[in-house]
Amino acid sequence: MCVKHVPDLMAERRLDDAGRVVRDGGDGTLNELDENAVEAALTLAEEHDAEVVALTMGPDDAVDAVRRALQMGADRAVHVLDDALTGTDVFGTARVLAAAVRRIAEDGPVDLVVTGMASLDGLTSMLPAALSAELGLPQLTLAVETAIADGAVTVHRDLDHATEVLRAPLPALVSVTDQANEPRYPAFAGIMAARKKPVDTIGLDDLGLDGSGLGAQGARTEVLTATERPPRTDRVLLTDEGDAGLRLAEYLVQNKLV
Amino acid sequence: MTTDVLVLLEHADDGALRPSVPELLTLGRTIGTVGAVWVAAADPGADVLAELAAHGVQELHVVTPDAHPRLTPVIAEALAALVEPSTRAVLLGSSFENKEVAARLGVLTGAGVMVDVAALSVDGERLVAEKQVFAATWTTRCTVRTPLAVLAVKPHAVQAETTGPSEPQVVRHEVSVSAVAAAVEVVERTERAPSERPDLGAAQVVVVGGRGTDGDFSALDELADVLGGAVGATRVATDEGWIDRDAQIGQTGVTVAPRLYIGAGVSGAVHHRGGMQASGTIVAINTDADAPIFEIADLGIVGDLRQVLPQATAELRRLRG
Ligand SMILES: Cc1cc2nc3c(=O)[nH]c(=O)nc-3n(C[C@H](O)[C@H](O)[C@H](O)COP(=O)(O)OP(=O)(O)OC[C@H]3O[C@@H](n4cnc5c(N)ncnc54)[C@H](O)[C@@H]3O)c2cc1C
Ligand SMILES: Nc1ncnc2c1ncn2[C@@H]1O[C@H](COP(=O)(O)O)[C@@H](O)[C@H]1O
Repeated sequence: MCVKHVPDLMAERRLDDAGRVVRDGGDGTLNELDENAVEAALTLAEEHDAEVVALTMGPDDAVDAVRRALQMGADRAVHVLDDALTGTDVFGTARVLAAAVRRIAEDGPVDLVVTGMASLDGLTSMLPAALSAELGLPQLTLAVETAIADGAVTVHRDLDHATEVLRAPLPALVSVTDQANEPRYPAFAGIMAARKKPVDTIGLDDLGLDGSGLGAQGARTEVLTATERPPRTDRVLLTDEGDAGLRLAEYLVQNKLV
Repeated sequence: MTTDVLVLLEHADDGALRPSVPELLTLGRTIGTVGAVWVAAADPGADVLAELAAHGVQELHVVTPDAHPRLTPVIAEALAALVEPSTRAVLLGSSFENKEVAARLGVLTGAGVMVDVAALSVDGERLVAEKQVFAATWTTRCTVRTPLAVLAVKPHAVQAETTGPSEPQVVRHEVSVSAVAAAVEVVERTERAPSERPDLGAAQVVVVGGRGTDGDFSALDELADVLGGAVGATRVATDEGWIDRDAQIGQTGVTVAPRLYIGAGVSGAVHHRGGMQASGTIVAINTDADAPIFEIADLGIVGDLRQVLPQATAELRRLRG
């Protein structure tokens, strides 16, 4: 299962001159939506007696994300860490994670790759599709319900305009939404046990990848400028004294909003 | 004929074009000659052809894939089959599904991909996209370094304008998709009936209810009707089943950027803000003067939505006569 370390949503978030997220260390967390991925993977593994491997690509402190997954119950973790990866875009990330999944598969077949629906920092929701394309796996995204039976995975999903049930043979990739489950909270025993679980830290060499298409140099997009939105000015706060509805109507008319 | 821009004709199962399409066609013309792409089992109807002609579209590619035409990998492969060396851009609406199409198309073609594009400009050879990030507290201008750009564009990036008329030349393609794309079976698909109200993601006015409504959305519905707006909700309200799931606004729901957002009984949690902070004018009604939504509201009203909304609705009706 793929998890990501992201800056804390509640913390102030900034971009540097190159348009990259400033990671001030210390305030990061496991991407909240990936807790749903961890939960889904753990539940399926419990039902089908499988091993759960937490995989992340990211800087040093990304290990916190896999630690959290281990505390929740994952068996082991792989952390792809390499200086050459700073600034890697979604396509590079997909290539690296795909190579890592293939490496994990050398130890035993990978039946299912589970991801979250989006990173709450970038919110692009592109990685699951890009990763399944890299891996050549059927893609079942935005699952609110996932079930495995007879060598196939079935998901229910709720899209903007429709609901769907999709099915594909294993191995496959599934991304789950925050509606999929209620992530478990790690128990004390889980936190203690996680300390002894192995985290395999590997670099690009271990994956047999050269740096092409990776890092900031390899990114296919470029941020030209990044500007902070000026605070809203002329803000009005009023307390209802029986006429606030009239004042609201008046405000809308005055500001030509009706 | 060579077209430099491909526009995906997103449509409902009954063949009706999505509201984003006229905007995408308009935007496409600022980049170059537009080829429209229809991926479906059935042919486009006469109304679709009329819309394309009104937008001066030169070519209509009708693609019939040999797999379910709603699956995003299938759409991505269909588009990839149409990309030529001269193609500069592929435009599609920015929805969860289309972001997947964009991602896969990026893997298939090596294109640079920009999603959630709020505005697009052409700067010589360069396509510059404007995006809102971090719950719309920052704006970035980005470009691609690749010859082909795939752009998933949000509603209102441009004002739709017709130009035409043209007589689009219809080109048919039968695309055989990869085994992986075909491996996914659509066991069931039910499209929701479109609501009477404007589409939430594209509406210019959105009235949003949260836990503070206590399940009664009638005052919001009435205000939305008088303003010609859509009704949205927080996740609490959709989780409670007070309103359909597709009304959820926020980081895991729909992102909206209407001219006017009115939130009633909404606290303004960070997950919710992520989906509405780019709105033009933000109005909030909340009984709690310390609710975080007041930090971003242009007009904040500390009061009970059950009093304030009906009074505002009645006054707006009266003013309208
Ligand atoms: C991973 C994750 C993703 C999430 N994604 C989303 C998302 O996409 N969208 C989303 O909305 N939430 C999302 N949430 C939930 C989010 O964190 C908040 O819990 C939610 O937005 C709060 O909804 P609310 O404002 O309706 O409820 P509350 O926070 O309970 O606020 C209710 C407000 O109503 C006010 N009120 C009560 N009575 C009245 C009255 N009579 N008149 C006026 N005001 C009144 C109260 O003062 C209060 O401020 C997500 C959470 C997680 C963990
Ligand atoms: N660097 C990463 N390492 C591991 N998983 C990731 C990484 N980036 C994204 N993901 C996964 O992909 C999902 C979607 O992310 P994104 O496409 O960035 O919105 C996340 O919920 C994660 O499960």
